[in-house]
Amino acid sequence: MLSLILILIAAAFFTGVIIRVKSMASGRKGPGILQPLFDVFRLFKKGVVYSETTSFVFQIAPTIYFASVVMAMLVVPFGQSKGILSFDGDFIFFAYILALGKFLSIISAMDTGSSFEGMGASREALYSMFAEPAFFILMGSLALLTGHTNFQEMFSALHIGSYISYALAILGTFVLMMIAMVENSRMPIDDPKTHLELTMVHEVMILDNSGFDLGLILTAGYLKFAIYGALVVNLFIGVFPLQYSIPMFFVIQFVLASGVGFIESFMARFRMSHNAQFIFVLTSVSLLIFFGALLILGKFV
Amino acid sequence: MSLISAFIAVPVLAILLIPFLNVKGKGIVLFAAIVVNAFLSGYLALQPLDGQFLEFSFPGSLVTGPVNLRIDALSGWFILIINFIFVTGSFYGLFYMQAYQKQTNNITLHSIVFVLLHTALISLCTVQNSLVFLVVWEIMALSAFIAVIFEHGKMATLRAGMNYLIHSHVSILFLMFGFIWVALKTGSYDFNSITTYTSQNSGATGLVLFLCFFIGFGIKAGFVPFHTWLPYAHPAAPAHVSGVMSGVMIKIGIFGIFRVITLIKADYYTIGLVIISFSVISGLYGVMLAIVQHNLKKLLAYHSIENIGIIGMGIGIGCIGLGTGNYLLASLGFAGGLLHTLNHSLFKSLLFFTAGNVYQATHTVHIDHLGGLIKRMPQTTILFLIAAIAISGIPPFNGFISEFIIYSGFYYWMQGSMIGPLMAIIFSVLALVLIGGLALLCFTKAFGIVFLGNPRQKLDHEVKEVPFLQLLPLYLIAFLIVFIGVFPQIFMHALSQPVSLLAGLPAISDMPFPEKTTELLQPVTWGIWMFILISLAVFGFRKLVTQNRKASVEPTWGCGYIAPTAKLQYTAGSFVRPYSKLFRPFLLSHKTQKDVEGIFPSGGSYETNSYDRIEKYLVDNPIAAYKSLLGRFLFLQNGKLQFYILYGIIFIVSVICIPLFYDQIVLFIDFIKQI
Repeated sequence: MLSLILILIAAAFFTGVIIRVKSMASGRKGPGILQPLFDVFRLFKKGVVYSETTSFVFQIAPTIYFASVVMAMLVVPFGQSKGILSFDGDFIFFAYILALGKFLSIISAMDTGSSFEGMGASREALYSMFAEPAFFILMGSLALLTGHTNFQEMFSALHIGSYISYALAILGTFVLMMIAMVENSRMPIDDPKTHLELTMVHEVMILDNSGFDLGLILTAGYLKFAIYGALVVNLFIGVFPLQYSIPMFFVIQFVLASGVGFIESFMARFRMSHNAQFIFVLTSVSLLIFFGALLILGKFV
Repeated sequence: MSLISAFIAVPVLAILLIPFLNVKGKGIVLFAAIVVNAFLSGYLALQPLDGQFLEFSFPGSLVTGPVNLRIDALSGWFILIINFIFVTGSFYGLFYMQAYQKQTNNITLHSIVFVLLHTALISLCTVQNSLVFLVVWEIMALSAFIAVIFEHGKMATLRAGMNYLIHSHVSILFLMFGFIWVALKTGSYDFNSITTYTSQNSGATGLVLFLCFFIGFGIKAGFVPFHTWLPYAHPAAPAHVSGVMSGVMIKIGIFGIFRVITLIKADYYTIGLVIISFSVISGLYGVMLAIVQHNLKKLLAYHSIENIGIIGMGIGIGCIGLGTGNYLLASLGFAGGLLHTLNHSLFKSLLFFTAGNVYQATHTVHIDHLGGLIKRMPQTTILFLIAAIAISGIPPFNGFISEFIIYSGFYYWMQGSMIGPLMAIIFSVLALVLIGGLALLCFTKAFGIVFLGNPRQKLDHEVKEVPFLQLLPLYLIAFLIVFIGVFPQIFMHALSQPVSLLAGLPAISDMPFPEKTTELLQPVTWGIWMFILISLAVFGFRKLVTQNRKASVEPTWGCGYIAPTAKLQYTAGSFVRPYSKLFRPFLLSHKTQKDVEGIFPSGGSYETNSYDRIEKYLVDNPIAAYKSLLGRFLFLQNGKLQFYILYGIIFIVSVICIPLFYDQIVLFIDFIKQI
């Protein structure tokens, strides 16, 4: 329950912070931190335009996409306190329920019959496929390290003891953050602000969405960022009591958000054709984590 | 006993009756025979699932020895799956075959072999005598062959049929080798002699014997590299036959592997590792090739290979659990494998049946020629979508449940393993995740291109939904798919008997299986229910908020381009292009390209076809080499009668003379040995 509230609060600010950091880095004042929320509320109030090619798939997809992200949010724990739902293997459920949202959003993009949206859909499917193994191996390593297969038990049993485990936590942060970038189609995988449909991934998939549906999709994106941020926080807070861990949560989320802002300000996007290889590198990084876990457990003889 | 006589009498009666009826009558008799037999065998199959063990003994003949029929929980589970798919499949087939009702003789034959196929498959699950088993196996293989070549006017169909026939016989060769080996050593054809023989001998014997059976059954099941018949036979057959073949006939291979595991006493740990390696390769290879297929049914056929891989992973984990004496691991693995067998038979047959609907309506299964069917065939579309989500292993449908159990098996195996198994686990998990992701890519492609967007080709006939009665069995399957996804515990309960049989658990009361899986699956079910509730809530909210809003309809945003045509849509080839560029080393694709030229260019074209690399190196190249070797002796076959008579004379003379020279030859060899 605690994690749910914290994630909701973090989600409200996360994208605002990114935008603010980006504006400041380019020498502008930038909009208020809550501007993305206002945008979403404005969208919720608007009417919609549907393409004449589309069918019911296009109309149900944003809802299911949003629901899948909300459902994924419910299994994320916060340190010692469980998520709303917590069970053995919940991270598998987490990844697969997000996949349902992805499935629906991909076919809804193809429902418009637009060549651009097909392009985005094709890229999204490929990239998310390559990002998933990294997540599963990361979670597998944590499961191996702690002997649990449950988000909450894994994270709360994660003791930062040796130097290797610090290295593991940092590598884990890297992997989770990069997965978050892939899932949200941000730099360096995708640049949501380029105004050329040929070079976009996620944004081009939702070209035809408008009104309430677009609002749902955007909200889901904000939530996703905060969810992955919460997972990163969980790597560190372990056994800290709440009076330390809650401030730590916000600090880490803030650092992540501004980090994303900085990356987007000072880095160019990768070449689209090399993205897939880059994403697959994450899997090797998580394999490193796996070997680190083996080292800690002394399984190398 | 009388039930079994009835079980044999029904198909015999039906087969005798079918030739004398008109087309409609044939269909009805076919369906009735299958339903009656399904009830008879289903009644017998339900009892072992409830804990009873049925055994019947027939005197048999002098050659076979006594023929035992045993229906244990494993047979029961498979019989029920076979029955369900056959009943739905034959009902669907009644309507699907209406387009061919002028070919009376052909339909007679088809109906007969369909009944035979059903009877043979069910008998295979019960017969415990290897000689009779092989005979029934052959009946199954031949009747499936005839069912596949229904449209034998087409050259491609005939070739696919021959391909299947040859593969089946390679499979039966391996099985025969294994059975004869055991029969030679023990003098009995009964399956139990496999157990006695292997438990008396060293581990290596059991392992080699297992490999023999594994290859034999693996060819039927479609494990890579024994899969090469599947992508030809499935697309060539009529939709209900491919649904039944992919749904249950290849599962008889899986059944065989399960059965052999219960019989052979060998080093299960090694067996488990062998099965897992084959399965990982099958899963990945199957889905990798599925993505680049442009023929919808061929794509589905490759997905069968992938799902066989997933089932195999479950079996492998189960064997490892047996090998290490970890009953919980064994239960998880076998439960995952058995449940995925059921799941795959459901969604794969549904996919083939819907593909059949598409073929009926549009007369093509080439993905790139289709599009926009969602508006003309909404019900088929929804059914296909359900199956597509289920086969990608995504909640809230059934594919997720079995994959979840298999994942749990892997992560459970991880605890306390050493470095070797850990590497196996991590790469299997990696493979399983990649399979899931690739399946998602594949089915978004298939669904998106076939059903969504605008039609890519103008068809000269009206495309319309098939009649409701034809859709009825499809709805039934879809209902089960959803039902397993939402209430998996019921099926886990039904699985407790087969799993405890496989895991070799001493008594039901000692079983960790039911409690552990309920513990394991109950929260997953809650998650699925919660997800459904959240979706409904968001839907409701959306409806409430937007009901008074204006919704206008405009053309798709074309980035300023105002004359879009259906040709501008993304095609299947372009959708998977980034993927096929990355995976080029594993794939073989041919491009045929015609460039546009001139000031007013026209008629440019681009087409890609993919081919199976393993098939090229394992089947095509050896055959080509063999052919070129035989080609050297082609001069013998010169078409002149005199020469053939000469060959005959030479043969007879040599047959007569060799015994005369035999002693001399022996002397000569002895002489050489002395030197």
